[in-house]
Amino acid sequence: MKSPYQLFASLKKALLFIGLCLIGVTMIFPFLWMLATSVKTIDPELIAIEGGRSGIFPTDGNPLAQLFPKVWHWENYVNVFREIPFARYYLNSLLVGTAVTVGQLLTSSMAAFAFSRLSFPGRDKLFMLYLATLMIPGVVTIIPTFIFFSRIGFFDSLIALMLPPMFSAYGTFMLRQFFLGIPKDLEEAATLDGCGSWRIYWTIILPLSLPALATLGIFTFIANWQSLFYPLVLIHSDERKTLPLGIMSFVDINSANWPHLMAASILSLLPIIIIFLLGQRFFSSGLQVGGVKS
Amino acid sequence: MKERGTTVLLFLTPNLVGFLLFTIGPIFFSILLSFFAWDLFSSPTFVGLDNFTDLLGLEFSTGSGVIFTSLIVGGVAFISACALKGKPAVRVAWGSCVAAFAVAFTAVAVYGIPTSPKFWQSIGNTLFLLIGLPVGMLGSLFLAVLLNEKIFAGRFFRLTFFLPSIVGGVGIFLLWKWIFNPYYGPLNTALQVTLGITGPAWFEASAWAKPAMLIMNFWSQIGGGNMILYLAALQSINPSLYEAAQVDGANALKRFFHITLPMVSPTSAFILIMGIINGFQGGFDAAYVITGGGPAGSTTTVNYFIFESAFKHFEMGRASAASVILFVIVLGISWINWKFFASRNY
Repeated sequence: MKSPYQLFASLKKALLFIGLCLIGVTMIFPFLWMLATSVKTIDPELIAIEGGRSGIFPTDGNPLAQLFPKVWHWENYVNVFREIPFARYYLNSLLVGTAVTVGQLLTSSMAAFAFSRLSFPGRDKLFMLYLATLMIPGVVTIIPTFIFFSRIGFFDSLIALMLPPMFSAYGTFMLRQFFLGIPKDLEEAATLDGCGSWRIYWTIILPLSLPALATLGIFTFIANWQSLFYPLVLIHSDERKTLPLGIMSFVDINSANWPHLMAASILSLLPIIIIFLLGQRFFSSGLQVGGVKS
Repeated sequence: MKERGTTVLLFLTPNLVGFLLFTIGPIFFSILLSFFAWDLFSSPTFVGLDNFTDLLGLEFSTGSGVIFTSLIVGGVAFISACALKGKPAVRVAWGSCVAAFAVAFTAVAVYGIPTSPKFWQSIGNTLFLLIGLPVGMLGSLFLAVLLNEKIFAGRFFRLTFFLPSIVGGVGIFLLWKWIFNPYYGPLNTALQVTLGITGPAWFEASAWAKPAMLIMNFWSQIGGGNMILYLAALQSINPSLYEAAQVDGANALKRFFHITLPMVSPTSAFILIMGIINGFQGGFDAAYVITGGGPAGSTTTVNYFIFESAFKHFEMGRASAASVILFVIVLGISWINWKFFASRNY
């Protein structure tokens, strides 16, 4: 027999659990709706009535009953690949994302090593300059970057998309904070054994920083995957578009065909959801918002 | 540890070259460009501060109206200020000041027409969208408090709440455009079926487009990094504080307002400042995908304004001037942050 207090406590727990479930459903519902919409088909009759506006629900009956479509039109997904060079966009996004992630991890970790482990004149002033640029709005640099790439003949080239985000002041800042937390004992022993800076960086610091590198890498890749502003300004031709731009051209063709749009959207989000599920332990670590002392 | 210069250069050069080329260089180039008029095709012409005065400036309708109104307003302000107590000289001085201020205010507010109303509108829109920040912070704190309890599948809930903040981009904006579709979207359909209300036109109505943006942002940000920050802050609060308060008879609400809220205030300050800074820079992607800055410019943020000036109208100098103004605003906020918060214990 439970005491009243225990009973009250477990009742509170149950209410809390139900509340969390409700919030969770609210968070997930838009995704489910997206999935459900993506396998529906437009009612041609409705389009005729409303002059080209989208229609997914039949004109009669309760529309919400259609949460689960009667017929699942999986061919909507095939259609995405048929109407636009979706595979090409995918490949471009993968190429740019991978190059940016690898490049940024490398340059940021090297600079972070210099800022946290090497001593040279003006080090702290230079680091302050890095810090100061963290707050600078992206639009401030986009116009000069656009002009720069146009002048050197890299306009409308994937190189122009890859280069600027490879050098990140934020990545340098975050990794420096992490490196500072690594005890120096190992390195001192290694130095006594005759290890140079490069070997210390490559065989001690990097392996010990895998969680931080993974976190930075995941966030860099995702941010790049979703990036719309840079490609919009720097890319012109269809075969060099990345996914966000590609979907925008799909929108131009299918402006009111919501099932087709949702199918394309889901295809574009799939890699992020997979990364999210595989790398979940890095998301809740709070590492990505480094620099806050608790 | 003393290193040879070559070692330092080896580690620093790759990042530093990119940093100078794609961050520092462009900043100075933008500032330089803001003093020119340039359409990319012809050669740039120096126009001094014209871009800035054009963006921020006011025009006055030259007529007897402005003088007449100013005289009346100034006179009334002067007389009422002089009617206060005190030495006559002080009263006259005060009256003149108040009158001058009143005249200036009236002239600007009633007769001043911004030379670039669209720029002011974009600043207004950006400020409006900042309303979402404190609301979102409360939501994040609320979720963090719930998740801080020991509960079955807590980790699963944390990941579920976190999902919308990670999965974003064009696809999600399209999803929300569909959800808010005034005619067949699920939201207005649900409103019609359950409550019998005909929902607003959301993104297609200038009064409802920004609230719709706020709802979308609330959904995507409430369980994100801010919630994780709050969760970390909550976990660092000493449990004995709560026990002592409970012994003293403080109920849950009192414990929240007198222990939790003050204890997480450094985190709140951090989130607020970062949120304002990000807010000033944000809103482009959503506006581009969902509304194209409309309807009637109601979702044109400063970012979007700069993009349109530069890459639609090819006014590179004007766009650069706007980005310099944005830069100065963000710099100002950062300075306030540094001045008032960074010196404290966080």
